[in-house]
Amino acid sequence: MTQASPPSPPPAATADDQAQRRRQLVQSLGILPILILIGVLFSVLTPNFLHSDNLLNILRQAAINIVLAAGMTFVILTGGIDLSVGSILGATAVAALSLSLDPSLSWAAIPIGLLAGLVLGMLNGTLVAYLGLPPFIVTLGTYTALRGLAYLLANGTTVINSSLPWAWIGNGAVLGVPWLIIIAFLVILVSWFILRFTVLGTHVYAVGGNPQAARLTGIRVAKVLMFVYALNGLYSGLGGVMSASRLYSANGLLGQGYELDAIAAVVLGGTSLSGGVGSIWGTLIGALIIAMLNNGLTLMNVSFFWQLVVKGIVIIVAVLIDRLRSRGQTAH
Amino acid sequence: MTATGAPTPGPTEQPALEMRGISKRFGGTIALKNVAITAYPGQVLALMGENGAGKSTLMKVLAGVHNADTGEMTLSGQPFKPSGPIEARARGVNLIYQELSVAPNMTVAQNIFLGNEPHNGAFVDYAAMNRGAEEVLKSLGATFTPTTSAGRLSVAEQQLVEIARSLVYKGQVLIMDEPTAALSDRETERLFGIVDTLRAQGMAIIYISHRMNEIYRLADRVTVLRDGESVGTLTKGELSPEKLVALMVGRPLGELFEDGPPGNAGGVVLEVKNLERRPKVEPCSLQVRAGEIVGLSGVVGAGRTELARLIFGADAKTGGTVKLLGQPLNVRSPLDAIRAGIAYVPEDRKSQGLFLQMAVDNNLSVNVLPRFTQGGMLQHGAVGKFAQDMIKKLAIRVSRPSALVSGLSGGNQQKVLLGRWLAIEPKLLILDEPTRGVDIGAKAEIYRIIRQLADSGAAVLVISSELPEVIGLSDRIYVMREGHIAGELRRPGITQEAIMSLATGAGSVASAAD
Repeated sequence: MTQASPPSPPPAATADDQAQRRRQLVQSLGILPILILIGVLFSVLTPNFLHSDNLLNILRQAAINIVLAAGMTFVILTGGIDLSVGSILGATAVAALSLSLDPSLSWAAIPIGLLAGLVLGMLNGTLVAYLGLPPFIVTLGTYTALRGLAYLLANGTTVINSSLPWAWIGNGAVLGVPWLIIIAFLVILVSWFILRFTVLGTHVYAVGGNPQAARLTGIRVAKVLMFVYALNGLYSGLGGVMSASRLYSANGLLGQGYELDAIAAVVLGGTSLSGGVGSIWGTLIGALIIAMLNNGLTLMNVSFFWQLVVKGIVIIVAVLIDRLRSRGQTAH
Repeated sequence: MTATGAPTPGPTEQPALEMRGISKRFGGTIALKNVAITAYPGQVLALMGENGAGKSTLMKVLAGVHNADTGEMTLSGQPFKPSGPIEARARGVNLIYQELSVAPNMTVAQNIFLGNEPHNGAFVDYAAMNRGAEEVLKSLGATFTPTTSAGRLSVAEQQLVEIARSLVYKGQVLIMDEPTAALSDRETERLFGIVDTLRAQGMAIIYISHRMNEIYRLADRVTVLRDGESVGTLTKGELSPEKLVALMVGRPLGELFEDGPPGNAGGVVLEVKNLERRPKVEPCSLQVRAGEIVGLSGVVGAGRTELARLIFGADAKTGGTVKLLGQPLNVRSPLDAIRAGIAYVPEDRKSQGLFLQMAVDNNLSVNVLPRFTQGGMLQHGAVGKFAQDMIKKLAIRVSRPSALVSGLSGGNQQKVLLGRWLAIEPKLLILDEPTRGVDIGAKAEIYRIIRQLADSGAAVLVISSELPEVIGLSDRIYVMREGHIAGELRRPGITQEAIMSLATGAGSVASAAD
């Protein structure tokens, strides 16, 4: 389900080959057993956990992080990182809400929110792809600057629109399934399609796996990098719209720390921080694990402080898994 | 000339260094086999040999970087078995690497005394350090001060810093691995002067070089390595280019090659005129015809890969023109070159060629993916079929197209890379070390694939450091030396001796001696 390579005719399997297949299978399943394990653990510990309302709740809580993490997956697959997604989310949420307050402009709120995300992502992309700056530094800069922008747009206060025309995005549902969840899964599907069924998607893996070889193979590395940062910006803008509509409000603080949850989900999902290896389905599972932890720990009345501790440990364990996995690879 | 291991007619005094029976294996590869060398104080011992003959490995054993599997070493008669580079240095054995290793942000004096700082208790005595550095630098005729930061020095000056470092360590053996590779003529002359000074002070110097004229200028004795063995030692009086070249290459040609039918070359496919990227590539001109395999030979660092990368657009040229099938070609990137029909199989397949974490089919198809899309959607079935066909055509041994390419043997990985480029049906194929790290069976298959491609009308340019390979494959050979094309050889004039004399400049030394 989650492996990067296309399907193939049945093999004449050798022992070595079987071992490799098993490795690929374990790798692609990756973190799924852990998701199930945590799920089982919580359903034993808290009676309400398995309730269908609660499960939908987990998915809804995961939705925005899923969207951000999907974009982050593209960036990390190229060997990059984007620290600015939370700030882009904050800035675009404030911008979209502010526009929605003006009746003559409210129709433009969503397109402009998305467009703003795209443009901000392209700013990251330009600096990384065409000026050759390290992604960490570039996005550390935009992380700070765009957080400032979010405060400025909100004028230091909280923008509220209690009669938000598109509040259905954050609060409505179709056949009992919240729109937030539908959007998140659409984003996953689109991302999966790009990565698996387009030339561009293959190039994303190639650039992350071996940038030098990618260039010598005629892949336009800069364009691929531009694409991943732009897409990540667009998804962050979408995240901004989702947050704003969920809360009917936005302020300069919105989205703070979201980048770390997104990175954690990607890494938990088995995408290598050095690029070239990973999958969007892994990311989905990673995001679900984080949401499940938040939800289950809250149900168990674990204090917010302890929740932070647990989440932090999960991130470290994720990196540890990543390290062990890449060691397993170099051994072969 | 003396045979392996026989006592060398040298000075009667005690050798500064003796290495006897040194053997070293890396996995299945034998790097050194029963090697013996002797260096005397106040002499320069030159080490020569083809690329891969074992010179650098031997010197790393001496400097404590590698441990020999067998053999023994003595320093001034005392047993010498360094546990690491630090001990080797403490005993007076210093190695100056081809790639210099100064710390660019530290001062010259700090570099010279790195790990050896004069101190008062816990505090570094900078005054003493700078004084000491100044003294050493003066003795070497340096024109920069000890407080300059080392990163601002030229390569030649950085080399002086390393030599100075070995002097303050009271070195008795100094190893210089191709020290002039990055130096200008004037800097080279100055370096020779310093070597003379050190020799006069009684230092034993081991000097590795490919360049015949340097050997003539400096060496008191020359030991030649071939395929990991010391095959002979010549003293200054016995030295002649013929003898040296004969020692270096003396081995039978492989019988792996299918000869191209002679004289079947078609029209000119590639025409390169005065292509240059200074300082690595001086103006170079060459031609490759359709159906022809042309070799590009020379020692490592002669500029072959750099020239190939210019043709392919991987680096920017500083001058000159390239024509493909008579049309002027202005490539600014590999993509331009690929679109024009040029393929380039790079020298290091792992770092520059393959996507190791991707499957074989992806690696094979990456250049032609758009061929397998319908309405923008990749048809994985078509990719798989294409990969299957290529796997069959090139006899790549892999269980299934979706296996990771990293699991393949070197030879099969190389075939995957070849297949990737065959897929674009290139008009010109440039191969850089096409069989490096490939076993002999796969080598023969790769040669056959290359010959077939040429027979089908493509022009092929092959860079190879293995003389038997370049001779066996090529219909014609250009030899590069120090960034320019030193000469062109045609059958039947293609011999190892002819290539080596062009590659090292032995011919010019010989004619100068006339």
